[in-house]
Amino acid sequence: MLHTVNKSPFEKNSLQTCLRLSKPGSNILLIEDAVYAATAGTSISGVVTTAIQDHGVYALGPDLASRGIDETSLLEGIEVVDYEGFVKLAAENDKVQSWL
Amino acid sequence: MSDPIIKRFMYINRRAPYGTIYSVEGLEVALVGAAFEQDVSMAFIDDGVYQLKKNQDSSATGIKNFSPAYRALGDYDVTRLYVERESLQSRGLSEQDLMELTYEDEDDDWAEKPSIRIVSGTELADIIADQDVILNF
Repeated sequence: MLHTVNKSPFEKNSLQTCLRLSKPGSNILLIEDAVYAATAGTSISGVVTTAIQDHGVYALGPDLASRGIDETSLLEGIEVVDYEGFVKLAAENDKVQSWL
Repeated sequence: MSDPIIKRFMYINRRAPYGTIYSVEGLEVALVGAAFEQDVSMAFIDDGVYQLKKNQDSSATGIKNFSPAYRALGDYDVTRLYVERESLQSRGLSEQDLMELTYEDEDDDWAEKPSIRIVSGTELADIIADQDVILNF
């Protein structure tokens, strides 16, 4: 199953709820303002790092670039995908749940 | 004719860019206020600090990158951009991650000076309390 999150983790609890209600082995794709959750050294880096242990965690490259986030500033284990990769993830997973 | 009334306007920005329209609107309204020769400053708190992140490149998304417009603020005499230190820290950011925004100080032989001032929440509380008009985005 693929979970997408599009809200900043510092403004809404969409990511936190996603992490609480997603099963190990499922995939999480961070898009739009949720890509801030992929950066290292933040107040929520710990919970994201924990999620990376038993989830595939992805971030959408064009949304990172828009926000001036260099890939070198991401948490280890985050995989950056482009729009094609987004489509591939959606197609490969049986369901997509969007945490808005 | 009497002198024009000049009030202290502060525009408080607490939203990240691109995800919503708030940050673009906040910037535009601040420029409008400055064009009416008011005393305008801006504050960047919470996710608002992300508006000033350097190296924004939205070309792959089809959304306009409006971050270069912050460079125009100095020309409109908006020379005080307060950034809350605690908001930067909780996002793993420092002053080096922000755009270099400057203005030319007419009272100091047009010397180029930084517009961004990193302040603590305590300092910012005093600055906010000192305003006549506060608008939130």
